[in-house]
Amino acid sequence: MTTTVTTTTTARPPNAFGLGLARGAVELKTFFRQRDSVVFTFSLPAVIMLVLGSVFTDQFEGTGITASQMFAAGMIAGGIASTSFVNLGIGISTDRDDGTLKRLRGTPMPPVSYFIGKVMLVLVASLAEVVVLLAAGMLVFDLALPTDVSRWVTFAWVFLLGVIGCSLLGIAASSIPRSARSAPAVLNLPFIVLQFISGIYVIPVRDLPEPLVRVGSLFPLKWMAQGFRSVFLPDVMAEQEITGAWEHGRVALVLTAWCIGGLVLCLTTFRWRSRRDG
Amino acid sequence: MTTTSAISVRGLRKRYRDVTAVDGVDLEIEHGEVFALLGPNGAGKTTTVEVLEGYRPRDGGEVSVLGVDPQRGGRAWRMNIGIVLQDASDAGELTVAETVAHFAAYYPDARRPVETIAMVGLADQARRKIRTLSGGQRRRLDVAVGVVGRPRLLFLDEPTTGFDPQARRQFWDLVSSLAADGTTIVLTTHYLEEAEALADRVAVIVGGRIVASGSPATLGGRADAAATVGWLDGTTPCEVATADPAAVVAELAARFGGAVPGLTVSRPTLEDVYLDLIGSSQP
Repeated sequence: MTTTVTTTTTARPPNAFGLGLARGAVELKTFFRQRDSVVFTFSLPAVIMLVLGSVFTDQFEGTGITASQMFAAGMIAGGIASTSFVNLGIGISTDRDDGTLKRLRGTPMPPVSYFIGKVMLVLVASLAEVVVLLAAGMLVFDLALPTDVSRWVTFAWVFLLGVIGCSLLGIAASSIPRSARSAPAVLNLPFIVLQFISGIYVIPVRDLPEPLVRVGSLFPLKWMAQGFRSVFLPDVMAEQEITGAWEHGRVALVLTAWCIGGLVLCLTTFRWRSRRDG
Repeated sequence: MTTTSAISVRGLRKRYRDVTAVDGVDLEIEHGEVFALLGPNGAGKTTTVEVLEGYRPRDGGEVSVLGVDPQRGGRAWRMNIGIVLQDASDAGELTVAETVAHFAAYYPDARRPVETIAMVGLADQARRKIRTLSGGQRRRLDVAVGVVGRPRLLFLDEPTTGFDPQARRQFWDLVSSLAADGTTIVLTTHYLEEAEALADRVAVIVGGRIVASGSPATLGGRADAAATVGWLDGTTPCEVATADPAAVVAELAARFGGAVPGLTVSRPTLEDVYLDLIGSSQP
């Protein structure tokens, strides 16, 4: 044997979390540079909020709360689902189609770094979406920001569990579209139906036919909307919920269950290759 | 399997449903070698390479790439391997410099991004967004991303498809300079002149099997094949096939008493040999 030795790389490989942050920077740059997509992603829920919100003019008797304020509070859940579930479902589907995933898989990047990058993208986009929706709700419908800490604590955990659950569902759903081209259509249909049966567009949620409520209650969106209503509306409005209470325990339970279930779905269904690639 | 080769393949088989894509391929590729896999579309080139790259599981056979089974290749193995994809269109919104710097971060001992970009001839495009690059520039970027981690083994899958002749020539120079640095290169192509210009050794794959291998000059008995000597007798073109063209030329020189009008001596081109091998030689 000759002495042309194959020196194995011994330098320490970059760590997975650091690379995840680097992925996050790349994801954010890519996302925010697509101006048209940014504008539509952020403005769609806000526009729906403004258009539908101005249709509802009733007040809930004796509460001083208008229907549009209740609608605006629930719409925050819809906005977050759009920046997590829809955004990831389309984004990962695109990554699978345009070679991003294939290229990454051919490098020493640990797979977890890719998902850390996506989490960063979703957190930043979702927070921005909440700011946009709250601003619109406050300016147009006099939605009030809560002043006591306990409500912000509720906001924080509903936001986090909601974003995580919807993101995991979005990652799982990204395997459904056959190509990036069909992804928006495939992801938006279930999303819009889900918003409808989760009592986002129809308020109060009691007005929905019971079978629809039952189906909607299986998914996280209904519980996120309920959680956000409990943050931004006075407690007297709990009467308008299905059981007449905010049910924080149940909200936390269902959202946590979806985080776990979504993770299992991701681990069992995630594909690195597109279908036409075998 | 212990081996001192960069790549060692025995009896590789791969099926897609009822289609057998690779049907018992053996390969031995040495360190520092530039190896070209030739074959028509659908012959199993890409499947073979994707098995070697660790992208696809195999149905049978033994495969060792840099001493590791690609199906079990971990991060340490990936750090020594560079892959230039055939048809990626990712990261359109990032600039060339951002992309190369990002991929450099995956490796502990990466080339400097600026130097890598200059090496592939994209220094002037470094700040351009990737979606604004031409096809040839895009492939050069793919090469930059493939080599930024200083791989010992580089895979190039049909790297110059769609290039104009000048871009192809520049690309060949780039590959040659990488090979000169000692990088082992595995190349698939259906351009014969590309294999001839770059490869130390070529193998022809047809229907999932290797039908011939050797240096471009000797492939398929090319060096020993009959040569054709042609000349003009008055205005009539004449031609004779011979195993000993020098004797024929000497005889002609004697007959014409010096210069032979329209003299040519030719061997079968690599293309002739190749077309013969893949069984679609046309008149």
